Amino acid sequence: MITLKGIAAAPGINIAPAYKFGKEEFEIPMQPIKAEDIPLQIQLFEESLIATRKEIIELQKRIAQEMGQEEAQIFDAHLLVLEDRMLIEEVISRLKKDQVNVPYIFSEVLKKYIQVFSKIEDEYLRERIADLNDVGKRVLRNLLGKEHRSLKDLQERVVVVAHDLSPSDTAAMHKQMVCAFVTDIGGKTSHTAIMAKSLEIPAVVGLGETINKIKAGDMLIVDGTMGVVIVNPDEETLRIYREEEQKLRGVAEKFLQVKDLPAVTLDGRTIDVAANIELPDEIPSVKVHGGQGIGLYRSEFFYMNRKDAPTEEEHFHAYKYVAEEMKPYPVIIRTLDLGGDKFLSQFDMPKEIKPFLGWRAIRFCLANPDIFKMQLRAILRASVYGKLKLMYPMITSIDELKQANTILEECKEELRKIRQPFDEEIEVGVMIEVPSAALTADLLAKEVDFFSIGTNDLIQYALAVDRTNEKVAYLYEPAHPAVLRMIKSIIDAAHANNIWVGMCGEMASDEIFTPVLLGLGLDEFSMPSLAVPQIKYILRSLSMAEARKIAEEALSLTTAKAVESFMQSKLKEILK
Amino acid sequence: MPLVTKAVIVRNKQGLHARPAALFVQVANKFDSRVTVTYNDEKVNGKSIMGILMLGAEQGMEITIEAEGRDAEAALAELEKIVSREEEP
Repeated sequence: MITLKGIAAAPGINIAPAYKFGKEEFEIPMQPIKAEDIPLQIQLFEESLIATRKEIIELQKRIAQEMGQEEAQIFDAHLLVLEDRMLIEEVISRLKKDQVNVPYIFSEVLKKYIQVFSKIEDEYLRERIADLNDVGKRVLRNLLGKEHRSLKDLQERVVVVAHDLSPSDTAAMHKQMVCAFVTDIGGKTSHTAIMAKSLEIPAVVGLGETINKIKAGDMLIVDGTMGVVIVNPDEETLRIYREEEQKLRGVAEKFLQVKDLPAVTLDGRTIDVAANIELPDEIPSVKVHGGQGIGLYRSEFFYMNRKDAPTEEEHFHAYKYVAEEMKPYPVIIRTLDLGGDKFLSQFDMPKEIKPFLGWRAIRFCLANPDIFKMQLRAILRASVYGKLKLMYPMITSIDELKQANTILEECKEELRKIRQPFDEEIEVGVMIEVPSAALTADLLAKEVDFFSIGTNDLIQYALAVDRTNEKVAYLYEPAHPAVLRMIKSIIDAAHANNIWVGMCGEMASDEIFTPVLLGLGLDEFSMPSLAVPQIKYILRSLSMAEARKIAEEALSLTTAKAVESFMQSKLKEILK
Repeated sequence: MPLVTKAVIVRNKQGLHARPAALFVQVANKFDSRVTVTYNDEKVNGKSIMGILMLGAEQGMEITIEAEGRDAEAALAELEKIVSREEEP
């Protein structure tokens, strides 16, 4: 039994065997195959060789162009290894004899050669070991890549263990059979983490090198709440975790019972619990989970997976649909938030060294008033069909806000001229996600109707941590005293100016923060719709007096770790 | 099918390693004939870089090249040239 510590990325506990996904190493599990499958395995092998050959030749061409013929010759040796008859024949003859999966045989044959070569005292041969390794990995990747397609046909529940998971990996998965993710890189806001949360399965990420201790088929306990992976647990540990898993299931059912009730505290304060969406298709899920409105509609997703830019009519119809569907609840549309880590092919955006500090979000929109105005007009026109609000992302100063509002005013004027009806009272807010906005919240509050705190960016800017860099992911601490103080001052500034304040970042759905945020006075929580029932449950279990005390104590603590363990213990009491 | 065999001394300074080995395999693969190389009682496929490298034949050692097929004679002649010259061209 070994215990590995990583970053807790999605909560929950699951127990299942490890399935190593896309791993570039030679530890391939042996799986017997049927005699009639041998031709298929041979075909798989040959296809992988052909695919690898193509890869190498393309690489060689590119290197020849970029670095010269000499450098490109290295790949001649790779091609020789790849086309080696002895190697190929040995794989095929062992396949027929042993009747096991071809990736396993290939890796074994390769290991044998590497072993023999490493015993021979010869510099040239030692270089060939590197070639063998390199070519071997390529072939295996292609072999396993082909096998991945059969990941869809997984017959048993597994824990997917991978270096990292890309959106296309997770899209191809047979989701019922995947019960947890474990990856070596990534942080709390990586794609893997977000995917795991939306699938409601636990995930532990950022394990680093220690992930190699997990072998395919090992029994794993994945505790996504604590960020722990236990490899081949003993009977006692297994029993404890099975009980915990059962308990968690019971808790989940408790949450679902309150999903359609309003989030009212024990002493009668009503909190809005809304959902974040990217596309109108998500509306049914919002309704099923009891979301009371949309706290963040990420309008830029409208531009993804298409070549041309959507027209004003398309924008209008999407917003109209969402407004009508969510009526009488409000829908907050965030204007185009491009740049940072979201780029679109429709716009010619330059590559930047520091995109998160670059030409993004409102900066891009103010520089492209035509694009901005088209969206604003569509929102205004749709505003008569429900309760729409609009929100600007990445505001850093009052000047930017005023510029944006001027453009909005122009749009309203244009519509008035053509007697196009729109909601004259439409609420306008800003996302507070930059420290300069947080520190001048009192000034901004005088110009807008509401705030929504975008914690993902706010935390990365406040703590100077790139949230996509796994080397510093451990420093991305939402519980950092600086973050809590900042949130408190934003909420206080908003309330002092009689505007309401919501939160639409990850923190709003992180249940350990719920009591503190309630205590600080947050008016609205917006989150992935799956999280709505649980957050409602917690809000309904607390009184404002209690929550204020919890917030006060959390603010008095000096380290993120202390804050986190304090909040954990409070949450445990609440969920008892 | 013609079958020809010849014992050849490895003259190349590097032995049947490195570039000479790669060249040997490349040339062997140009012919239809089956090519085998024997050294120290070990017999390997002459069209396989792995096989040739595993023989570990040094300069001054004697190897046996065998070719079988319609172009066996030509294959043997070219392969012998590679093995028995001291320097690479």
